[in-house]
Amino acid sequence: MKTLQWLTVAGILSLPLIAYSGQDSSSESAAGTPAESLRSAQDFADINNEEKRSAAMFEELGKVIQHPRCMNCHPAGNQPLQGMDMTVHEPPVERGPANFGTPGMECNTCHQSENVTLAAQAKDIKSVPGNPKWHLAPIEMAWVGKSLTQICEQIKDKERNGNKTMEEMIHHMAKDDLVGWGWKPGEGREPAPGTQKSFGELFEAWVHSGAHCPSA
Amino acid sequence: MIAFTLNNQTIQFDGDPKTPLLWVIRDRAGLTGTKYGCGISQCGACTVHVNGMTKRSCVTPVSTIADQRVTTIEGVDGKEANAIHTAWIETDVPQCGYCQSGQVMSAVALLKQKPNPTDEDIDGAMAGNICRCATYQRIRQAIHTAAQQMEESE
Ligand code: FES
Ligand code: FES
Repeated sequence: MKTLQWLTVAGILSLPLIAYSGQDSSSESAAGTPAESLRSAQDFADINNEEKRSAAMFEELGKVIQHPRCMNCHPAGNQPLQGMDMTVHEPPVERGPANFGTPGMECNTCHQSENVTLAAQAKDIKSVPGNPKWHLAPIEMAWVGKSLTQICEQIKDKERNGNKTMEEMIHHMAKDDLVGWGWKPGEGREPAPGTQKSFGELFEAWVHSGAHCPSA
Repeated sequence: MIAFTLNNQTIQFDGDPKTPLLWVIRDRAGLTGTKYGCGISQCGACTVHVNGMTKRSCVTPVSTIADQRVTTIEGVDGKEANAIHTAWIETDVPQCGYCQSGQVMSAVALLKQKPNPTDEDIDGAMAGNICRCATYQRIRQAIHTAAQQMEESE
């Protein structure tokens, strides 16, 4: 009986390990490793042409926006992504009617209001990410597969940015707690470059410089 | 001290607040119907309900469910649970049985929200419950049967 039970456990175990082997843990920095840096608005002061300066700042913002920590929850389809290699989320969950999963398998079935370091041992995963608002970005805010220029236009478009004015967008980028998760993503995950504060300041400077997009 | 309701009984836990709920259910409360399969929210064997919604207890620190209502396979009841219970026996769903308490908890949660689920709804709700004996076809069939039973007894 004992043996049979353990065989069963091993069997169930082998599936998740296969599922996670696609996640390249070597490309994820360990917790505490300093994040890639983000340049500040001052670093662009020597570009005299305002339009060019503004577009250059957005390219810098793109280091955060196009980081897997942000992109993975802005997928173009109905499944979230995970890992630095942006593979399909395991288990295979769906967006659902409210971007919060499907009945019986909501995001908070597994994701708590905070990152949870695993008590169990697993080779490639150290923690389950979490936040009180954990959910997918609505499909009109999809970023995956788009160029930075397209994402830039999208962020300025009230139809595709959650009906926000640019001032509201500044607040969202600088203060929103779920956006902020990108810089404190839990053990075993590489954070987005810079800090939410420096990202928010650069975003504000970009908006106030005319919010020009990089040319395609 | 963390207190929560477990199948209508109050549980008090004064250990490490980070202890997974699954450990508390099995080791502290002695309810072993809820299983440990992977410990990393990948298999669904540890599924319980917190305030009626599914939760993977292996990745749920006990501190996060303070003052909440937890239901396990031992305590789940109501018309959805009864219908699932009957349909599960009729359809002879389990093989080894290891995954089944998790399957049942997910299926009951699904029926509470979708009393007449489509195949797609079932796929959505059950996607995170792995069965190494591959009883998936019977699980699907039993959920449909349970839904039908509920409709007929309305
Ligand atoms: S033991 Fe919790 S999901 Fe596998
Ligand atoms: S019945 Fe054996 S694991 Fe599902």
